[in-house]
Parts: sequence; C-alpha cells; structure tokens
Amino acid sequence: MSDPLSLSSSLSQSMATLLPGAIVLSSLLPGAFIFLVKEESHRLRTALNLFGAVLKLVLVGVLIWGVYLGQVYESRLTIAPGLELVLHADALSVLFVTLSTVLWLITTVYAIGYLEHSPNRSRFFGFFSLCVSATVGIALAGNLLTFVIFYEILTLATYPLVAHRGTPDATRGAKIYLAYTLTGGVALLAGAVWLRTLTGPVDFVSGGVLSGMPATMHGQLIGIFALLLAGLAVKAALVPLHGWLPQSMVAPAPVSSLLHAVAVVKAGAFGIVRVVYDVYGVEFADSLGLLSVLAVLASITIIFGSYQALRQDGLKKRLAYSTVSQVSYIALGASILGPVATVGGLVHLVHQGIMKITLFFCAGNYAETLGVHKVSQMDGVGKRMPWTTLAFSIGALGMIGIPPIAGFVSKWYIGLGAVQAGQHWVLLVLAASTLLNAGYFLPILYRAWFRPPPADWPKEHLFAGRFETMGALLWPPIITAALCLIAGLLAAAPFSPLEWAELIARREYGL
Amino acid sequence: MSPEVLAFAVAVPLLGALLAVIAVARRGSETAASPLLNRVGLVTATLTTLVIAAVTASVWQRGTLRLEIGGWGAPLGIALQADGLSAAMCVMANLVALGISVYATGYFKSPDKALQFWPLWLLLWAALNGLFLAADLFNLYVMLELLGLTAAALGALTGSRDAVSANLRYLLVGLLGSMTYLLGVALLYTAYGSMDIGLLGDALQTPDPIDATALVLMTAGLALKAALFPLHFWLPPAHANAPAPVSAALSALVVKAAFYLILRLWLDLFAPLATPGASQVLGLLGASAIVWGSWRALRAERLKLLAAYSTVAQIGYLFLFFPLLAAMPDGPGRDNLIAALVLMALSHGFAKSGLFLAAGLVQQHAGHDRIDELGGTAQTLPAATFAIALAGSSLIGLPPSGSFIGKWLLMQGALETGQWWWVVVAVIGTLLAGAYVFRVLSHAFGLEPTPIRFITDARAEVPALMLALISVAALGLAAGPLWTLLGFDAGGDA
Repeated sequence: MSDPLSLSSSLSQSMATLLPGAIVLSSLLPGAFIFLVKEESHRLRTALNLFGAVLKLVLVGVLIWGVYLGQVYESRLTIAPGLELVLHADALSVLFVTLSTVLWLITTVYAIGYLEHSPNRSRFFGFFSLCVSATVGIALAGNLLTFVIFYEILTLATYPLVAHRGTPDATRGAKIYLAYTLTGGVALLAGAVWLRTLTGPVDFVSGGVLSGMPATMHGQLIGIFALLLAGLAVKAALVPLHGWLPQSMVAPAPVSSLLHAVAVVKAGAFGIVRVVYDVYGVEFADSLGLLSVLAVLASITIIFGSYQALRQDGLKKRLAYSTVSQVSYIALGASILGPVATVGGLVHLVHQGIMKITLFFCAGNYAETLGVHKVSQMDGVGKRMPWTTLAFSIGALGMIGIPPIAGFVSKWYIGLGAVQAGQHWVLLVLAASTLLNAGYFLPILYRAWFRPPPADWPKEHLFAGRFETMGALLWPPIITAALCLIAGLLAAAPFSPLEWAELIARREYGL
Repeated sequence: MSPEVLAFAVAVPLLGALLAVIAVARRGSETAASPLLNRVGLVTATLTTLVIAAVTASVWQRGTLRLEIGGWGAPLGIALQADGLSAAMCVMANLVALGISVYATGYFKSPDKALQFWPLWLLLWAALNGLFLAADLFNLYVMLELLGLTAAALGALTGSRDAVSANLRYLLVGLLGSMTYLLGVALLYTAYGSMDIGLLGDALQTPDPIDATALVLMTAGLALKAALFPLHFWLPPAHANAPAPVSAALSALVVKAAFYLILRLWLDLFAPLATPGASQVLGLLGASAIVWGSWRALRAERLKLLAAYSTVAQIGYLFLFFPLLAAMPDGPGRDNLIAALVLMALSHGFAKSGLFLAAGLVQQHAGHDRIDELGGTAQTLPAATFAIALAGSSLIGLPPSGSFIGKWLLMQGALETGQWWWVVVAVIGTLLAGAYVFRVLSHAFGLEPTPIRFITDARAEVPALMLALISVAALGLAAGPLWTLLGFDAGGDA
C-alpha cells in the first residue's frame, strides 16, 4: 500500500466511484441545511447557496475532462436486492449536467437578487437546491430505475417553487402542475416496471439494449414505449400534455427560468432522448415505427406552441408557449434517423436552455424594475433598459434562428439531418416554425427599440447604483446572452456544445 | 445473546406500567406525579427499545431465537420466538413507540390525562411486543385481547362524547374479532392437540374441512381487527378522535399487529390452504380498501380523519400481496414479494405515526384540524409541515421511500405472475393518494408571514420528523438489510 503508484491509482479509483454521487450531493446537502437557516440570516444562506453551486461547477469540470478522456465514472448504491441506484457519467449525461450546473450558478445569483426582501427565502432556496440535485440525478442516471426516482423527486421539489408566492393563482397553477406530472410519473413508473419484468435491470447503454428482443415481444415493447413516452411527454410539454406549463407561469421569474431552461421540461426532453437512444436504440425504435410517431407529435407541438405564443399578450405566457414549441426540436431531432439530426436535437438541449433562460431573466427584470408584464406595455423599454433589452434581443433572434446565434446551429443541423434521412417535410415544419417565431418575437423587439416609451411605467423601482437595474439581476442575462453568441460563433471550437453533441452522436451510432 | 432477553421485551414495559401506577399513588397529587411519570415512561421506552435492539442483533447474527418459559416445551408450555419477520416488526413498532413516548411527554396539557396515559400505553406496548414474539396461538390470543382493551381505553382518553362512543364500538368490534379468532384456535386445538405454530404447521400439511373453517374464522376475526374493507367501518372515528400520540399508535402499530398475525397464519400455518382462489378474495378486498379508503380520505374534512382513511387504504395494499404470493413459485421472486410486503408495512408504520404526530401538533396550535382552514398554522410550523410532506410522499409511494420500493416490487410481481389488474389498482391508489396528500399540503403555501425558525417545538417535531424520515430515507435508500434479516439472499437478482 505504501507504493505511491498504487496509492494514486486507488485514489483515482475511488474518485471514479464517488464523483457522480458527490455531484448530486453538492447541491443536496447545502439545500438541506438551507431549510434550517433562520430567515434573516441572509449571508449564511447566500454562502451556502454559492458554496454548493461553485463546488458543483468544479466537480463537473473534473467530470468533463475525465469523460472526454474516456474515464468511466460510476456510483452505485443497492437500495434493495436487484434494485440499484446507479449514477453513471457518459457523454450525454455530461452535456445535461454541465448545462444545469452552469445555469444553476447563474440562476442562483439572479434569484438572490430577485427575492431580496421577499418572504420565505429559506424554504425557497432549500427546494431550489433540491430541484437542481434532482435534475443532476436525472442527467447522471445510469439505469431506468434511477431515472424514475429522480424524475419523481424533481416533481416533488418543483411543486413548492411553483406554489411559492402563495396567491390563489399560484396554488392553482401548482395544483395543475402536480396533477399533470404525478399522472405522467405513474405512467412512466408502470412502463419502467413492465420493461423490467421483460428484460431485468434496464441500464442505459449507447446504441440501446432492446434490439435483441424476440419479435413476439415487439407488441409489448411498443406498449411500454407508449407508457414511457406519455410519462416523459408531460414534462417535455408535448401536445396534448402541455397544459400545465402556461399555468405554472405564476411562479417567480427564477423558477420559470429554471423550469423552462434547465429542470423540468429539459428532464422530459432528455428522458425522451435517453429512451430512444440508450434503451430502445435509434435504429430499433425506427424499425418498430416509434420514431415517426414521435416525429409527428413533435412537429405538431412545434407548430401549435408557436401559434399559441403568437396569441399571448402576457410576456411570460408568450415565452411559455415558445418553450412548448422549442423543446420539441429536441424530440424532433431525436426522431429523425441519422447522426446529423441527432446532433441538432442534442445541441438544442443546450442552446434552447441558454436562450430561454436569457429571455426569462429579461422578462423578470422588466417585471421587477418597471412592472411591465405584458407585451403591450413594452413600448420603448429599450431606451430605459438598454442592456436587458439587448440580451433579450439576442435570445429572441437566436430563437428565430438567425445566424450567428446558437439557435441557428440547431435548426441547421436538424434540417440537414432531415434532408439526409429523406424526410423533406421536416423542412416545412422548420420553415413554418421560423416564420411563427419571427411573428411573435419581432413585434416585441420593434416595440422595445423603436416605439417611444410611455410617460410612466406601470410600477417602477429605482435601484441605487449606475445600472439600469440591480446588478444581480442585470449580469445573469448579459452572461447568458453572451453564451448564446459564443455557442453560435465558436460552434466548431473544442468543448463547444456542438462538438460535444457530435461526440455523443459518434458514440451512439458507433461511428 | 441468550434467549432470556425475549422475556425482557415484554417484562420491561409491563414493569414500567406497574411503576407508573405506583408513581401516581405515591405522589398523591396529580400535578406532582406528572414529571415523575414522564421520566418513568421515557426510561421504560428507552430500555424496551434497547432490549428489542439486542433481540434483533441476535436474530441478525444467529437466526431464530426461541425461549420456552419455565422450561416447559411445546406442546404444553408457553414459548416466545423471534425470527426475522417478528424482529423486523418489533424494530419498527419499538422505534415508533419510542417516538410516540417522547412526543407524549409534551403533549398532555392536563396532568390527569398524562396519569391515565402512561400506565395504559406501557401496557399496550408490552402486549404489542408479546404479540410479535409469541410462538403459540393461545398466547397470541391473550396478547391480542390485551392489545384491544388497552387500545380502546387509550382511544377514549379525551373523554369527549365522540371519542367514547367510537372507542366503545372499537372495543366491541375488537372483542368480536378476537372471539372469532379464538373459535378457530379452539377448532385447531381439538383437532391436533397443540397450539404451537411450528407443530401445527407440520400437522396441517394435508388440509381438511376443519382446517379450512379454522382458517376462515381466524382470518375473518383478524381482518376485522386489521380493518380490512368492508370491516373497516369502526376505524376512522376511533382513530380520528383519539389524542394524537394514541392515534399514531393505533394506526401505525395496533392495526399492523392484527395484519402481522394474518400474515403469519397464511405463510406459516395454512400455507397448503392458501390457494389462488382464496387469496384472490383477499386481494379483491384489499383493492376495494385502496380505492374506497383513498376516496374517503380525499373527501375527509378533517386532517386526522383523512389520515385514518388513509390507513384503511394502506392496509389494502398489504392484502394485494396475497394473490401474488399464491401464484409465485418459491425462489428469489417470492422472497422479494414477502420482503416488499414487510417493507410496505414498516414504511407505513413510520410514515403514518409521523403524520399523526405532526397533525396533532398542528391541531393543538390551530385548535382544530379542519383541512381547509389549516393553512396559516401549517405555514407557521415548518418542521411539522415538512414531516407531513415527507410522510405523505411515503404514503403516495413516491421515491425515495420504502413504499416506493414495495410498490415497484408489487407491480413487478403482478406482471410476472400475469395479474396485471393489480397494477391498475396500484396506479389508481397512487393517484388518489397524491390527491389527498397534496390537498393538505397545498394549504401550506399561503401569504402568512414567514416563520422565524424551522423547529418550533422540538419535543413534538423531532420525533415526527425522524419517523417520517426513516420511512423515506432509511427504508427508501437502504432496504437491503431487511432481506438479510428475513433470511433472504440480499445479493439476489430481483
């Protein structure tokens, strides 16, 4: 044991088995302590929050490097004989873990600023941390059981965040959210147990594990896919299971950002990707005819969501329907056979996240600083809040798909992949969606920049300092908007989301 | 560990009950006796729990522990026996009882109630341990009777008209149940001349009509005491009107004791008679209990009534396992089902006691327990509300909790034996439970001022939180030791 070489190898060995667990715990434990923090201990709570977020970021940095080098990270915990909690870091999980970790740090800063002087902060940040822990658990889940467990914990942890404001509206929104997600969770559970009885423990493996199943079981496998998809589609807000999402807009802005960009809808979309690629295997799913069903559902959702967004005057509601639409790009990318479309779908997981979180941060800033909640109140906000509006514009243009912003890259790859797979109708969906996106975002930009501001804002707060709003509220959207630009401009650089999505696609297709 | 330790599991709480009575007599005035009583109660509770810990450690290391009292062997003598199943039930019951005892030291505001509570409660505890550890049918009957009498007396402790009438009914129903059980025991005794479970089990290998009659009588009597639908009518008023620590004990432990006996009979004694047909009947009653109990819980206006109906539903889950066990051949699959069944019973014990204790605190602060008006109080008691939420998620069967694992294995077993309809029942039960739990929790997010600290009343909130946490974290993330304790292969593949 005294041999330094064996010591260092045993160190890296224990590192490999502990790191995924540590990444989940790095937000879970501070979160548990935050519940106990007295309400007025502002500093202690902030310290715990930032400590967890930064520690997680450091750990994820180590993880990225290791996974890139081909190192295997896996934590296992037997919760009952035959039932194992497995956290396993593969390239796909790293993509999602990194997204949620980076955005969590930024959102935490934003939330600290946003919730200053508002009640029940210990409760809020406790559940906030729990929510991110669950998301990271979903990302790192190495088998279907673990995925189901964290998926349900996410439901539970998010409910108090949606209900946080305590108004009758908030309670109602939370109730609707819960009714949808619990029902979806039960469908997912039933599908997972059913699959388990056919195959034994279902580990996520690149290329899928089911292609060897005998043809007599294909009927059952289709039924299982329907159950799993129903459960995942609720969180991913696929039409017709999207009804909770616009209702949960009553939540405070940091929660909306988290729900839409990082946690809930992403968990659903990520789950669809997992099931298609790592459980069924994309080719096998295609041969069962499951991909075309998914493609049709995703396309309907894309068009429907954009159309609904066009009709909303509430800014957050418009953004919510935009999420319904945009998240389905991920499912659409996953449903087209071929590595290029896969890359498009996967990279959109990240791109949609950074763009949408920018938009929600900005919406929160308008509401907090000026009391502006509706699109029709946004005349001239660009003159009053130029930086926020600049960030908003970058996010919005990215959503439309204008180069060189991140959203363009996703659309380009999905379109290219569709052409390669011979599914030209997808281009029509993309074109229609782009027109609709422009239809609901450009009028906002026009109002914000070119219309004269009103004499009085609905409810203006003046913050001390030289910025247009509080620093903690202003920096997060500027940073995420910059990320949108960087992800688009430097898409070909190493460790860019696009490069990483290509790495995943190579491993999924065995190229 | 010598088997004599088994006797202490019953003797220590019995002695404590005696001391409690003496303490009252010696001190004369009620007010002066109350702190002394609390001390006697807590010491007894701790010692009893330690004895059970020793018993469990011994079963864990060396398997079944048996004590022939006075050296008289079966079929004549009285014997105590601890195997994995009884040890598992004992551990749960004693931890819950310890939590209840700590809670009770701060609960009773008037000293005369505390005076009545402690002797009865310790007596109930002795009966409970005696029942889990009894090795013969007559001894079981005695303990069952003692349990029923003390439980009904405790339930009527508040002295309110509702509580007294509900618990008088509970007493009569309990007597009817144990009489029916005794009739079955008598049939078996006349036929085989023994009441030892092990000896009878060997004798019953070739069943005849007498055995079947005995099975039906004993199961029916116990099902009445376990509040299996449609014999549950007495439970909701009795449990909802008792003082909170008593409600916790009734719902988490007393009902579970009757269920434990049914399980023993069906697994050990009447295994050859447990045909698929007979067990389908139990399953069907269980399914009805789940749906009906959950539905009534959803409609309940009071928090404790909701919790009581939830017990009716949760007992139903336990009976769903019988048709699966009957169809599952011996092997790891069957072991998993038995372990899952025990796991669900244990999780429910911890969760329901935590729920009742927390609900009791909320009720004391609010002065009532009408769910629709509890919002403000719930929000000012974060720890109690948190305990309700944890216990609630365990009742729904959300992960991580012991009941999630139990439900997963239940559904898996149902699909493996081709009985998919029980999966549908479990799904409906889960959704209904989600609805009734969140009907309560949705009131905890209101516009009340922010509470200053997390814990308000440690003596009440810590036990509730700990019990709820055990059902969620300990049983939900590390259920493996239960398999080992029950003597199953813990490394086996499910």
